[in-house]
Amino acid sequence: MRNLVATLLLALAAFAPPALALDAAVVHQLALGDTSEDKIAAINALLESGDEQAEPLLKALLAGSVQTSGERVLIVNGDSARDAVTGEKVSPLPTDASDVVLNNRVRGVLDAAVSALRLVSPERATRLKAARELADDPRAAALPVVEKALARETDPEVKGLLEIVAASVRLHAGGKAERIAAIRTLAASGNSKTETLLLPLLAKKPDGAWAEPDAEIRDAAQASLAAVRGHLAWGDRLGLLFAGLSLGSILMIAALGLAITYGLMGVINMAHGELMMLGAYATYVVQNLFRAWAPGAFEWYLAAAVPVAFAVAGVVGIVLERSVIRWLYGRPLETLLATWGISLMLIQAVRSMFGAQNVQVDNPSWMSGGVQAMANLVLPWNRIYIIAFAALVVAGIWLLLTRTRLGLFVRGVTQNRAMAGCVGVPTARIDTLAFGLGCGVAGLAGCALSQIGNVGPALGQGYIVDSFMVVVLGGVGQLAGTVYAGIGLGLVNKLLESWSGAVIAKIVVLVVIIVFIQKRPQGLFALKGRAVEA
Amino acid sequence: MSSLYTRRGWLALGALAIALFAAVPVCALLVPAGSPLHLSEYWVSLAGKILCYAVVALAMDLVWGYAGILSLGHGLFFALGGYAMGMYLMRQIGLDGVYHSPLPDFMVFLDWKAYPWYWRFSEHFWYAALLVVLVPGLLAYVFGWFAFRSRIKGVYFSIITQALTFAAMLLFFRNDTGFGGNNGFTDFKRILGVPLATPQMRVVLYALSAAALIGTLLLARWLVASKFGRVLAAIRDAEQRVMFCGYDTTHYKLFVWTLSAVVCGIAGALYVPQVGIINPSEMSPANSIEIAIWVAVGGRGTLAGAALGAVLVNGAKSAFTQLLPEYWLYFLGLLFILVTLFLPRGVMGLLPRENAA
Repeated sequence: MRNLVATLLLALAAFAPPALALDAAVVHQLALGDTSEDKIAAINALLESGDEQAEPLLKALLAGSVQTSGERVLIVNGDSARDAVTGEKVSPLPTDASDVVLNNRVRGVLDAAVSALRLVSPERATRLKAARELADDPRAAALPVVEKALARETDPEVKGLLEIVAASVRLHAGGKAERIAAIRTLAASGNSKTETLLLPLLAKKPDGAWAEPDAEIRDAAQASLAAVRGHLAWGDRLGLLFAGLSLGSILMIAALGLAITYGLMGVINMAHGELMMLGAYATYVVQNLFRAWAPGAFEWYLAAAVPVAFAVAGVVGIVLERSVIRWLYGRPLETLLATWGISLMLIQAVRSMFGAQNVQVDNPSWMSGGVQAMANLVLPWNRIYIIAFAALVVAGIWLLLTRTRLGLFVRGVTQNRAMAGCVGVPTARIDTLAFGLGCGVAGLAGCALSQIGNVGPALGQGYIVDSFMVVVLGGVGQLAGTVYAGIGLGLVNKLLESWSGAVIAKIVVLVVIIVFIQKRPQGLFALKGRAVEA
Repeated sequence: MSSLYTRRGWLALGALAIALFAAVPVCALLVPAGSPLHLSEYWVSLAGKILCYAVVALAMDLVWGYAGILSLGHGLFFALGGYAMGMYLMRQIGLDGVYHSPLPDFMVFLDWKAYPWYWRFSEHFWYAALLVVLVPGLLAYVFGWFAFRSRIKGVYFSIITQALTFAAMLLFFRNDTGFGGNNGFTDFKRILGVPLATPQMRVVLYALSAAALIGTLLLARWLVASKFGRVLAAIRDAEQRVMFCGYDTTHYKLFVWTLSAVVCGIAGALYVPQVGIINPSEMSPANSIEIAIWVAVGGRGTLAGAALGAVLVNGAKSAFTQLLPEYWLYFLGLLFILVTLFLPRGVMGLLPRENAA
């Protein structure tokens, strides 16, 4: 190992400007050399050459895709191959090609060489990834290599990671001052792996003696451990908060349409969940159309899917209102049963059209991945976008209800139907439009849900109880209640979940709502007056 | 409600009783297997199962048809009764399970070493019978006490009962709850030491279900024809007026609600040995809403109609799932819509007025 590190060091020190092609003799020695020593020497020589071509060759060797045919060394990729020395294409593969076989010793050297190459790669992303991998498992790092890379590194993020890696290695080597300095450096890291690095220093042997005899080092380790744990705890807390916010925004957007149809119109729409499902399936269809007809614009299919989902669910809602629901105004229990029937038919219709299995809705690439906010906290982009989307929808509905003529009419009909009719508001048409609007928002919710969960015929049923709880908790008749109740329920749910597990959390929340309703049957934000008395 | 006390009413009930009690056992046990009149075990079980549903429909009709309380959580009480009986049946398996352990298979699977405390005494039939009545009854009493005291009614009440059964379903889905998780209880072998899977046993269970149905019908008839029943109907039609007349409506509603839950529990206990399985999906909100449609199809506030509705809808369900499984949900959905739109009084409403209560 010491030899290897020395040669790697040499290699990095002697980083020469890239040569045009690899040295054929070295490549031959690497692929066809008789002994492990030959091969290791060749690897080191390649590193020393600093050639950009060395990396693909070494990686291919590691992946077992290097073959030899006579004197030629080939990097195989499927059916074709490339000459490792000249870079020319060789196709088809020569019939006498045989794999280059490595033993574990050579493989270990290769591993270290490849990661060393990556640490000094000109690409920042490659260096960052290599540094992160090392930070996750610092035992694999060779200190001199890391130090050399550190000296060359200019990017602060990579540098920070490398410093922690170096500190983790120094933890067990070198003098007391050096070790304490390393321990202090580790305190700054928020990586959960550091915890496992520091813990052994504080452990006791079976005979009761400290594993680390030096009390000063133990104290320093203790302090650093506390600091690291503090970091991690904050990461966990923020993660929880974000998860709660994310769930809350989903609940909110799922309940928002219900707040319109139930809260404003007094219609119990049990098919609300199924309208969400329709929105999700509309997204699925739009996605497939884009894939088939405009693969270039696939990244932006959501821009088309959002209005389509709204329109599909909204139109279905309007048809339902005209055909079924308007006969049942003022009879909420009957509406409940009839809309349940509608939901069953919608489920079966979707099952007949798209099959009973879940369908695949893909995130556009700008929605996958996430932001690394802390060492142990990644915020996924799709969740961030959905929070923003939910906020936009709420704002849009609020504007619609408070700033437009339609909104004015809807509020008027809600407050006093007879009087609104008397002053010329077409109440029947307003009912239809408002119901369509509520259903359209359900479609939007479905479109959002398709980006984070499974899309299947049962999508809606999983949300219907939750969204009714949001509306009931928030209070009938206004949107603010729905917003607060949705976010609040999401947060409470996630906080409880971290403490008691998902199912118990859900049950506790439901029981709390049931008890809460005893105290305030009108919800958190009840409208004053007789409008509520349905 | 006078029809029960007329000659025709008694005759109809008597004919029904004879048909239920005599025809099926005779056809199942005495008629030889080759005859077209022979009923196989499958049919006896199916008939027994539907009778249990009819009992549930009666219980539902008591609260919905007469007190105006639409419960979307009656499946919970049914399932709880079923689980109480299921515990006893699991104990009766003894050492005949897959793992030949005194514990049920699912507990062996979870690596539990002993029964949890709430399984104590469940090896006694009398205790299981007590649980069948007490668990749904107590839950309904406590829940109803809270709900009716704070005057939750109408749609709010419906939604909260739905949340209740949903929460219970989630709870029973957990393996750690100790009721078999997803799979629930199954593989029952015997009851009171007598094997379950014999034609005789099936007929006995069927007869018990029929007795339960007739008993519930008589009890409910007596109840709704009494002064109590009249107050209930008055509460349904104008609760505030009844309150102003000096009645404490909470007590009336609480009593009929608890009674209804207990009846559901008994139906569940009879149901489980006949179908041979109980699992948390019985508690799903969808199942509970289906109970409402049985009552709506038959006709609310008619008792006999509710039982008839349960028989009709479940008969249709069996037929559909065998012949046209993919159309069942369309049919059920349409049923929900058409009955609420065009048949507010259900099938009983189609009968000439004088017979229709």
